Amino acid sequence: MERAETPLLEVRHLSTNFVTDEGVFRAVEDLSFQLRRGEFLGLVGESGCGKTTAMLSVLRLLPAAGRIVSGEVLLEGEDILKLDAAEMRRMRWRKMSIIFQGAMNALNPVRNVGDQIAEALVLHDMAPSRRRAAARVGELLELVGIDADRADQFPHQYSGGMRQRAMIAMALACSPQVVIADEPTTALDVMIQAQILELLERLQRELGLSVILVTHDLSVVAEVCHDVLVMYGGVLAEYATVDEIYNEPLHPYTRLLLEAFPDLSRPDERMISIPGQPPRLNDLPAGCRFAPRCPMVIDRCRIEPPPVRQVRPGRWATCHRIDEAGT
Amino acid sequence: MSAALPAGDAGIRPAADTVLEVEGLFKHFPLPRGLLGALLGRPGRVVHAVDGVSFTLARGEILALVGESGCGKTTTALALMGLQPASAGSIRFNGQDVTHLSEHPGGVPRAMVAALDGAAYRREPSVAPALTLKRLRRQIQMVFQDPYESLNPRATVYEAVAEPLEVHGLEQDRESRLNRVRGALEDAGLKPAQAYLNRLPHELSGGQRQRVVIAGALVLEPSLLIADEPVSMLDVSIRAELLNLLDELRSRRGISILYITHDLGTAACFTDRIAVMYLGRIVEIGPTRRVLADPQHPYTRALLSVVPVPNPRLRRTRQILGGETPNPIDLPRGCRFRPRCPVAVERCAEVDPSLTPLGDGHEAACLLLDGARLLNSA
Amino acid sequence: MLAQLRRSPLGVVGAFMLGLALIAATFAPWLAPYDPEQTIHVTIEDIYARPSAEHILGTDDGGNDVLSAFIFGSRVSLLVGFSASLISMFIGGAVGLVAGFYGGRIGNALMRLTDIFLVIPDLPLMIVIVAMVGPSLWNIILVIGILGWTGTARMVRAQALSLKERQFVLRARALGAGNFHILRRHIFPLVLPLMVANTVLVISLSILSESTLSFLGLGDPTTLSWGGMLNFAFTRGAISARAWWALVAPGLGIVWVVLACTLVGNTLEEAFNPRLQSHHLQGEDKMIASPSHIQAEG
Repeated sequence: MERAETPLLEVRHLSTNFVTDEGVFRAVEDLSFQLRRGEFLGLVGESGCGKTTAMLSVLRLLPAAGRIVSGEVLLEGEDILKLDAAEMRRMRWRKMSIIFQGAMNALNPVRNVGDQIAEALVLHDMAPSRRRAAARVGELLELVGIDADRADQFPHQYSGGMRQRAMIAMALACSPQVVIADEPTTALDVMIQAQILELLERLQRELGLSVILVTHDLSVVAEVCHDVLVMYGGVLAEYATVDEIYNEPLHPYTRLLLEAFPDLSRPDERMISIPGQPPRLNDLPAGCRFAPRCPMVIDRCRIEPPPVRQVRPGRWATCHRIDEAGT
Repeated sequence: MSAALPAGDAGIRPAADTVLEVEGLFKHFPLPRGLLGALLGRPGRVVHAVDGVSFTLARGEILALVGESGCGKTTTALALMGLQPASAGSIRFNGQDVTHLSEHPGGVPRAMVAALDGAAYRREPSVAPALTLKRLRRQIQMVFQDPYESLNPRATVYEAVAEPLEVHGLEQDRESRLNRVRGALEDAGLKPAQAYLNRLPHELSGGQRQRVVIAGALVLEPSLLIADEPVSMLDVSIRAELLNLLDELRSRRGISILYITHDLGTAACFTDRIAVMYLGRIVEIGPTRRVLADPQHPYTRALLSVVPVPNPRLRRTRQILGGETPNPIDLPRGCRFRPRCPVAVERCAEVDPSLTPLGDGHEAACLLLDGARLLNSA
Repeated sequence: MLAQLRRSPLGVVGAFMLGLALIAATFAPWLAPYDPEQTIHVTIEDIYARPSAEHILGTDDGGNDVLSAFIFGSRVSLLVGFSASLISMFIGGAVGLVAGFYGGRIGNALMRLTDIFLVIPDLPLMIVIVAMVGPSLWNIILVIGILGWTGTARMVRAQALSLKERQFVLRARALGAGNFHILRRHIFPLVLPLMVANTVLVISLSILSESTLSFLGLGDPTTLSWGGMLNFAFTRGAISARAWWALVAPGLGIVWVVLACTLVGNTLEEAFNPRLQSHHLQGEDKMIASPSHIQAEG
């Protein structure tokens, strides 16, 4: 993406492995992208593609077996992978925060919601105590569309959509510039999903918030994101603007994935399936990770993994067959 | 309680090729009153999970039952399966009244129903035993949402698919049982069946597990399959093949399918008719293409306007309804959608609309119809 | 199951310890240097004789070889331990399954019964009963077994309760399966592993109970268990004779077997109960492979 402004967040050649009894899982390999102020990036992929691992790597919150083996994560120009533990803890939540997948169901049931939001404030020294944090908590709740009086209520008194809003409020507690939302609407009804997406858009307008929206749902990404990064088997498959991805997909996986989604605006088009399964990350094929399922595979694909290439100005993909004669 | 009986020809069609006729189905769960309430003689409050549902299903037809969580679609399915006894109404299967068959101990534990449908339900006490329900179960089979939970983790594929035969005492001979299991597995797309027989669920992918469940449903050669969110938990890239499988089962074997989902997208692409549910009632029903192209009920319109579409250039007005689906306990007077309806008028608070026929099998329950069309805003 | 044991070093240690004890008990007649049944003629020097080449662990108050008594003693302790636990497992499993799966009034009644058994102090009750019915080996096994099932019952009930809500049980019901089929095919096979793990832990408790009873003089007089050896040593002046070998051997034996069962039981329980496993966030410094690996590749 060649644009004048320096990106707020830039990830360069990030690679993460998991070291387990069953071998080394190369969960993320050579991932690079940029996020600009006030923009939404959609990180799309199916189960096991590495998108959640990539985000946990960016925030350095990997589980015990995870190892970041290479790459840089530049937040406002500074490589946060080089920070020591204490500096990282200070940075986390203040500059960049995350809404974990299914977090709305992981709220502590025996503490009221306001307290749990206040905890984030107190931990980051933005309020001396939970009681004093009440004003800010009220502000945050109103920001996400919850009546401030409900701060004293418990999670079970909130509906699913409201709990997710509370999680967004928690993520915004320290006024970060970047919020990573991992499958924020997956478990929600379609109407509530629309409400949450509308909320995120409003936050972008009012606060200049930048969001990385991690999801498997290409339709959701089409609604709210500016740029899209499609991941498959731990690697970047295609990275372009949302318009380019939907109207001129170049990577075979992107094309097939688009056709696998039902499109209500074009009901006569049949959905397709991609036969096969994603690769096991501890037993990867030599060559392109999508080769076993790719309809355009040639011999070269099975031997040589395609590098991340700039196939058009500002567009990146990993495929040997793009821009061959007639592709 | 006014039963929303359809008046038009989309309703009860007692033709020879009708597999299922549901008429005025109600399922209410009483809430405990508490000591004070009982002493004061207050009337008990009730969860109106299913509040007057009627529809028919023809042989070889696929009907989508669509709605958000808490609308009663899963409870309807459980009532059809006899896993929850109906509070009122009738269910006719192949012309026979099967409403009051039940089994001892009856009912499905509350937590399970709540987990399936996201609302607050209570366990029903058991009803008197009857043998016919078990035989009915051979004709109506169900496929569930979670492929990781539908199979016993310690049972092999063979055991899982043979289980229905075992339960009903069919095919006692080992050889014939094996053949039938193999046949069912291949019909569900798992070929060669032999390779799968001794595998355990954790060795299979989500899509393969779901096929095993479908094979288990097919082995009794049912005429009706109820599929409750069968692909919601699978990767997008394999959903189509499973839905195509269901479509194929319909065309090759004439199995009727009731496809329950909250995902309008998948409902759009392979079903013949669609019924939209809200708070225990069907608010709109009709041929899928027609309902999606020209929705008449405000709820259907709002839903369709917010379903994300993978087309960034499409500009449309999203009608995002405020708030959440209200609980099915204290229903508003008049039309139950009125509190959230963007086009409600005064009369909507007084009259509870029933399904009005709009021709071609398309019906909607809204006072603002009347033969005339709503102004198109799409 | 063996694979799980191998992964935990403590489990392996426990299994090894238990294995040794079982070997000693099985091959006692061949391993023991002296036959404890044999009558011997003793002189005053033979009583509480210090460990020597002839008697590696010395002799006891009757001049008998402590090592042989020790090896044969393992038989009683292990036999009682295993038999009593089997009884407990059976009772506890049945109570738990019925209470958990059927629930309702029967379930409540069974849980109240379990509570009663839990509340009663085991040891005094055991003492009273054994004193009344007589200290035969079979009586002891029965008494320990009948008082030791409450923990298993609670655990099995919790398991059964959660299992009957699972979707594969709903599927079985949708197929038309009755309760018996569901219990046999779905509930019981999934409850069994945890029951086995729990029972191993119960074995250690049973052995302790038996040892305590024998120590108090309520053991079977026809056999000599470790507890019995301790009883004799205490009541017949081993301490004043400074015959530490008569106390240490049986004492260590009890500790050895109880510890072995606890280690194995805990390992099995962790293996079968996924919720007991813990996932920790990595320490910050270990998360990045090593600073030298991070290169700017531009």
